[in-house]
This record gives sequence, structure tokens and C-alpha cells, in this order.
Amino acid sequence: MRITQGTFSFLPDLTDEQIKKQVKYCLDNGWAVSLEYTDDPHPRNTYWEMYGQPMFDLRDPAGLMMDLEECRKTYPKHYIRVTAFDSTHQWETPRLSFIVNRPPEEPGFRLKRQEQEGRKVRYTIDSYASDQPEGQRY
Amino acid sequence: MSAADKPEETRADEKTLDADAKVDLDAVFEASRIQEVFDQLDHDLVGLKPVKTRIREIAALLLVDHVRRQFDLASDSPTLHMCFTGNPGTGKTTVAERMADILHKLDYIREGHLVSVTRDDLVGQYIGHTAPKTKEVIKRAMGGVLFIDEAYYLYRPENERDYGQESIEILLQVMENNRDDLVVILAGYKDRMDRFFESNPGFRSRIAHHIDFPDYRADELESIGELMMNEENYHFSDDARQAFSEYIERRMRQPHFANARSIRNALDRMRLRQAKRLFEARGSITKSDLITIQADDVRASRVFDEPVDGEAGA
Ligand SMILES: Nc1ncnc2c1ncn2[C@@H]1O[C@H](COP(=O)(O)OP(=O)(O)OP(=O)(O)O)[C@@H](O)[C@H]1O
Ligand SMILES: [Mg+2]
Repeated sequence: MRITQGTFSFLPDLTDEQIKKQVKYCLDNGWAVSLEYTDDPHPRNTYWEMYGQPMFDLRDPAGLMMDLEECRKTYPKHYIRVTAFDSTHQWETPRLSFIVNRPPEEPGFRLKRQEQEGRKVRYTIDSYASDQPEGQRY
Repeated sequence: MSAADKPEETRADEKTLDADAKVDLDAVFEASRIQEVFDQLDHDLVGLKPVKTRIREIAALLLVDHVRRQFDLASDSPTLHMCFTGNPGTGKTTVAERMADILHKLDYIREGHLVSVTRDDLVGQYIGHTAPKTKEVIKRAMGGVLFIDEAYYLYRPENERDYGQESIEILLQVMENNRDDLVVILAGYKDRMDRFFESNPGFRSRIAHHIDFPDYRADELESIGELMMNEENYHFSDDARQAFSEYIERRMRQPHFANARSIRNALDRMRLRQAKRLFEARGSITKSDLITIQADDVRASRVFDEPVDGEAGA
């Protein structure tokens, strides 16, 4: 099951040219881009690992592409995303993020139903991938 | 590969031209607005003939390249990494800044900013520190010009474990693989740069343009002084101009002479003396007083006390 998180995730994966344009858009808005990666695809997993520092002084997407290339080499089967941070006073938050790398196989999620007193049911989802320890999931 | 997913090198309005089509080079030149850049360069920078000539050649190359692409004549975009050699204060840093602007106007680089660094910005203090540092700088320079001043300090042959080598290797790789993303300009003194290239032939072969910045002649230094004065809204009285000319003659023959930089420093001190003179005189002053540098402001310099080479007592 192909996971969809962040901007454009319903579209086919972005090509490198498209990623560059998207990063350019972020830079033109004065946002600092950074790379993050994870192998835990749960939608509530908001804290991904940072790859390197946020790139505050970047002028051109080629700088990010250089790091992305390295990151993909190190974590070829992880999810990698670009996050654009707006440091303007009172924004001070990510404005945009999108996936730029994903595992070749995404086994998807198991839906668990926990039956409770009365006829209550609690639902939870659990990714098959995270049955394996970190680093061995994809 | 279909035309649609080809990286955007040719713009939508540039259809491939027929083999017998004619292109008006004058129009291309006109459209690039590069003449403005040349004029500005001639106006702002005194002398530097060989440098200006080379800039014109590069501009011509890029424009012709542009037209060639309209005929769909494939060729790699030319390598434009450069090396500027010359004595202190001959304008290397100044020209590098201009170069970023020029290459941007010629559509060769995407952003046109200059990131100016020295060894300390590139080389780390401990194992594992250098690569991220160098890459950080390269990332910042992407889309523009990376200017490495006194590049030979990157290479310290006396210490074989020196981290500079690691930085050199990363730079070499980027200069080769990211030619479309950034232009690297190395700068430094001629003899040391030559020695640096001898030990690092990889660098020399990746650099297409070696440009030598000559020392300025006395009359050029005078014009430079005059230009700097005008920029700051000052001007010399006739006596002061004469004194300044003598000043330059003497200063050129004294130690630690740094071409245009010495001139700039001298002018700063003259302004200081002018201010002191005005302030001590008190009373009312006019606009013309504020603008004018008098001969005394120039002659008070200790350059006039110190002996120069070739004079008795030197
Ligand atoms: N041809 C010129 N016309 C006008 N001003 C000049 C010219 N060349 C240099 N200058 C001025 O002289 C000063 C010193 O120039 P610059 O810093 O470019 O020298 P440099 O070659 O980089 O020196 P260094 O080797 O010491 O770094 C600057 O203020 C610059 O504006
Ligand atoms: Mg300099």
C-alpha cells in the first residue's frame, strides 16, 4: 500500500526535475529546506530523523539535490522527505513537506480491532514493516 | 528520451532552427544586454585590460553557444572555472563579484551570488569535520560562484595528514560533476598558485581560465583614487591632486604596497585628516569645504617622511 503523506503524495512520485522546481519554490519563499528520513511509516510518526542540518543559506536547489543523492545512497529503502521551514516571526513552522524517496515495497498496515465492554470497538493501525526492528524494515 | 522529459535546457520559445536559417548576432548581443555590463565594468574598474578582454571573450563564447543551441548543435556547456592570480589589491575579489553578476546575466549560472571563502571555511579541525564543512560551503554556493581566496593554503605538503587534502578532493569532484551548478574561482599570488597547481594537477586541468591581474601603473592608481573619491562625494583641490600624485609615486616604492587597496586606505586617512582640520578650525563651513580634500590632508602622510627605495638612507 503506497503511503500518502505531505504535499503531492497522491500524484506519481516526483522526478528529480520536479523536486528541484518544488525546492526552488520553497527557496523563493525564503523557507529553509531540510531532509528527513524514517523507516516507520505510521502517519502519527511526525518526528523523522534529520539528515544533516537544515539548509538556511541555500540559494539553489542543486545544494539540496547533492545531499538528497547522498541520503538516498545511505538509506535507499527509507522514506525521505523534504521539509520547508518558515522562520518568519509567528510562522516559525514547517510550511510544506513532500516525500522524495520511498521503499520499493510498501507492505501496508494491519487494522486491529480491540473489542471492549458493551459493543465498543477500538481501532488501531499498525504497519507490517514495523514488526521488524528499526533498520531492517524494508 | 522524448522532448517532454528532457531537462529544461532549451526554453519553450526556442525552436530548433533550420540548417540554412540566419541568426542576427547583433540582435542576440542586444537582447543579452551585456553591453551594459561591459560599460559598467569600464566605468567602475580602471585598467585591467587583460581581465576585461577575457571577460568579453567569455561573453562571446556564451552567446555563440546560445545560438548554437538554437540550431540544435549539441555541445557540453563550457567549463568556466577560473583562477585569478595577482598581487594584493589588484582587484581579484572585486572582479570575482562582478563575474558572478556577469555569468548570471549571460544565463550561465542560475542565481548570481558569490560565496567567498578561505581555508578556514572549508577545512575542519578533526577527523570527519572537513567533508561536512566543505559540502556546506558548496551547497551555499550552488547556483552561483564559489570564490576561494588564497587557495594554496588548502594544500599543506609539510603535513601529510592535513585535512586540506580531503577538501581538495571534494572540490575536484564537484568541479567536474556539477559544472552546471556552480563556478569555482581560485585566487592568490601567482608564484604560490603555480606551485599549488604543480602539486595538484587535477585542479589545473579543471580550470579553463587562468587570468593574471597586473600591478597598476601610477596613472592608473591616480584614476582609481579619483574614482573612489567621487564615489564617496569627495574631490581633490588642484594642489591636493598634485600632492596625491607624488604620494602615489612614493608609496609605490615603499614596502607592503598593495595596489588599489593602499590607495583606498590612503584615502580613508585623508578623509580623517580633512575632518580633523575642519573640526579644529571651528566656525561655519560650506558644502565645498566638506567635499574638498586639501593638499595638507595629503602631505601630512608619513609616506612623505619615510625614505623610499633608491633614495639615500633607505
Ligand atoms: N581596477 C580598479 N578600479 C577601481 N577600483 C579598484 C580596482 N581594482 C581594485 N580596486 C579597489 O581596490 C580595493 C582592493 O581590491 P580587491 O579587494 O579586489 O583586491 P584583491 O586582488 O582581492 O586583493 P587581495 O589579494 O589582497 O585579496 C577594493 O576596494 C577595490 O574596489
Ligand atoms: Mg581579495
